[in-house]
Amino acid sequence: MPALFSRAWIWSWLATIVVFGLTLTLTGRNGAGGLAYAALAFGAFSVIVGLGQMLVITLGPGNVDLSIPAVMTLSGTLALKAMDAAPGTAFLGLAVALLAGLATGLANYILIAALRLPPIIATLAASLVYQSVAIWSNRGLRIKPPEALADFATGRSLGVPNVALVALVLSVAVWIVLERGAFGRWLLASGQNMRAARLAGMPVERVRATTYVTVALFAGLGGYLLASFSGGASLDMGQEYLLTSIAVVVIGGTSIAGGHSNVPGIWGGALFMFLVVSMLNSYGLGAGIRMVLTGLIIIGIVIAANGRRARR
Amino acid sequence: MTGKEQGGAAVVALTDVAKHFGSVRALNGVSLEIRAGECLSLVGHNGAGKSTLVNIVNGTLRPSSGELAFPRAGDAAAAKAGIRSVFQELSLCPNLTVAENLRISHSALRGIGWRRKAAAEIGQSLDTVFPGHGIDPMVTVDSLTIAERQMVEIAIGFAPRGGAAELVILDEPTSALDAGIAEQLLTHIRRFCAGGGAVIFISHMLGEVFDVASRILVMKDGLVVADRAAGAFTRESLVAAMGHVAADAPEESTASERALGDEVVRTDRGLSARKGEIVGLAGLAGHGQAEALARLYLGSTSSWKSPREPRMVFVAGDRPRDGVLPLWSILRNASASILPRITRHGLVDRAAEEQVAAEWKQRIGIRTDDLANPILSLSGGNQQKVLFARALASTAPIVVMDDPMRGVDVGTKRDVYTMIRAEAARGRTFLWYSTETEEICECDRVFVYRNGTISAELTGTDICEEKILEASFELQETGT
Repeated sequence: MPALFSRAWIWSWLATIVVFGLTLTLTGRNGAGGLAYAALAFGAFSVIVGLGQMLVITLGPGNVDLSIPAVMTLSGTLALKAMDAAPGTAFLGLAVALLAGLATGLANYILIAALRLPPIIATLAASLVYQSVAIWSNRGLRIKPPEALADFATGRSLGVPNVALVALVLSVAVWIVLERGAFGRWLLASGQNMRAARLAGMPVERVRATTYVTVALFAGLGGYLLASFSGGASLDMGQEYLLTSIAVVVIGGTSIAGGHSNVPGIWGGALFMFLVVSMLNSYGLGAGIRMVLTGLIIIGIVIAANGRRARR
Repeated sequence: MTGKEQGGAAVVALTDVAKHFGSVRALNGVSLEIRAGECLSLVGHNGAGKSTLVNIVNGTLRPSSGELAFPRAGDAAAAKAGIRSVFQELSLCPNLTVAENLRISHSALRGIGWRRKAAAEIGQSLDTVFPGHGIDPMVTVDSLTIAERQMVEIAIGFAPRGGAAELVILDEPTSALDAGIAEQLLTHIRRFCAGGGAVIFISHMLGEVFDVASRILVMKDGLVVADRAAGAFTRESLVAAMGHVAADAPEESTASERALGDEVVRTDRGLSARKGEIVGLAGLAGHGQAEALARLYLGSTSSWKSPREPRMVFVAGDRPRDGVLPLWSILRNASASILPRITRHGLVDRAAEEQVAAEWKQRIGIRTDDLANPILSLSGGNQQKVLFARALASTAPIVVMDDPMRGVDVGTKRDVYTMIRAEAARGRTFLWYSTETEEICECDRVFVYRNGTISAELTGTDICEEKILEASFELQETGT
């Protein structure tokens, strides 16, 4: 048991369970299935972009991708426009979304590496451009996703939301790469000490480039699924994922100082973020007090998770 | 030798002090008194418990059992009793100036103009310990060389800081300093002790120990095994007390016996090496040797590719900055450079990894019961062994070493010398920067650096302290 409590992700999971229970005391036990289903469906998008953000944050202090919301919006918009609600174009849309992710990821990396801009500035500035491209290409149109794709994004298999299954597959892949793969070793080493990693013969630039492209690919996929899930792309669809993508990483016990990732924690953090909002909603609190409480609760979880680690 | 007894209460007194880290017994019951005017030298192998003992005296660690007292000051806190520590791992804040770093341990400096007061105090301390040091107290620490940083740390240790230093603990203070600067420090220690101060001096360089100590304490496996006046030891009896038999120098396998191959390294700045050769980079510390090696390594390897058979590997001397990956286990640190070779389909073959690490743990004698322990659980010298293992476990034909023996004990040094000679005989090339003449004498060919360029190339019997010093200082002599 002590070994379990020394794991950084356990705190986000405990918090999730507590909040889940508190919500049920209000809505009654009959709501349990529905609440869990909603948490998985909505949390899945946080997991997908959170995994990418986790990889970037693992690269070490100063590394963060603030262009995630804009990339989600851009790829969702371009994908729906390319598909134009025509049947049988789901994979074309996916390819367009991933291409948009690839292009923005490369652009971010070039700004950071070639112009030596701090990642916060580079990705924030670039996101203005991506957002503008999305506005320009969208022109206020709201195109519906092809029906089969919308059915998939809102549907379920074996009682689990399809989007959650996609997030699960991605999580397992990221976990394997980090825990077992050479690339994961390089990433974790770069995050601890870039210079030492380079002097140990590791391809640190390749790792950095791959990481910034990966986060944009994940954001592209997230935008594509979110647009399909919610029946069309809107220009502010990615907005809430700016804070959420970072919050799920930090709540999940990934070290903000870099060099240490935590995949299970991303799930705990994503489910928690959804449940805490729905709990405060069901208690009927106003929007202002809801945000204050959300902020306080996040701070509390981070202190609990990090405090444990410091004492270990 | 300035061990004039000044009577009175001891500066620090330990009674049966023990320290356990979980099941590891770092210190096993040590009783010790240090009096004013004494220079106590602490010797022993890596992991013998020297650092633990020192950290208990300076209050960083609390003893698991036993008593620690400061009878002279009559105070229970080490800081108030005038205990100062200068660590082997540089602990200055690199983004602050020299003067601001003094302020960190001197909280009485406040109010308008504190920077000026701090600069004056640290400047004076530097002038006292290292006359002619040439360090500006107003520059940030990251613009200083590693030797200059060490000098600043030492000067902060001896600075009055609102009181007076009673006992200064120096942990491997000379490992980053060249011979001339080290001599200034030893002179200052003698002067400090003659004036009634006490010093704990930790060094693996026995020459310095005999030079400066009034009393020598030998530690082994967390215990004091000998505690005598310095004059009661000879070099041989001291090494024997530490537990290594003073073996005769092993037969030299010099370049003449080894078949040197073709030239494998040549830089446009004149550094060159042949296959199977051990090439030394000598000269005063901070004259461009480390930069030359870093330039060579970074220029010959890529930060985009990681080949299975790298051309070159690097052994760091500045462990926290260049070598150790602090969150990782010993195992992962040791295997960091061989990952491409033990990776199948992108996944690391963990059985192969453990096998390689276990083999090197034994070959180089890393003191741990479990390679899964964190790297930071090891003493400094053992961390260095892990970095050696990391480099030598690779197949790279060229090994670049940036003063890698800092804080490594005498026994291990000999083992590593032997290992380097054996690897060189098998055709590996070594480029070796060292501040210690003893190590430079292991080399087949030596480049002496001065002001960032090569001032002399020595071979064979020309490789001796005299010639190296001559080449290191020539410019200053002709200049005056």
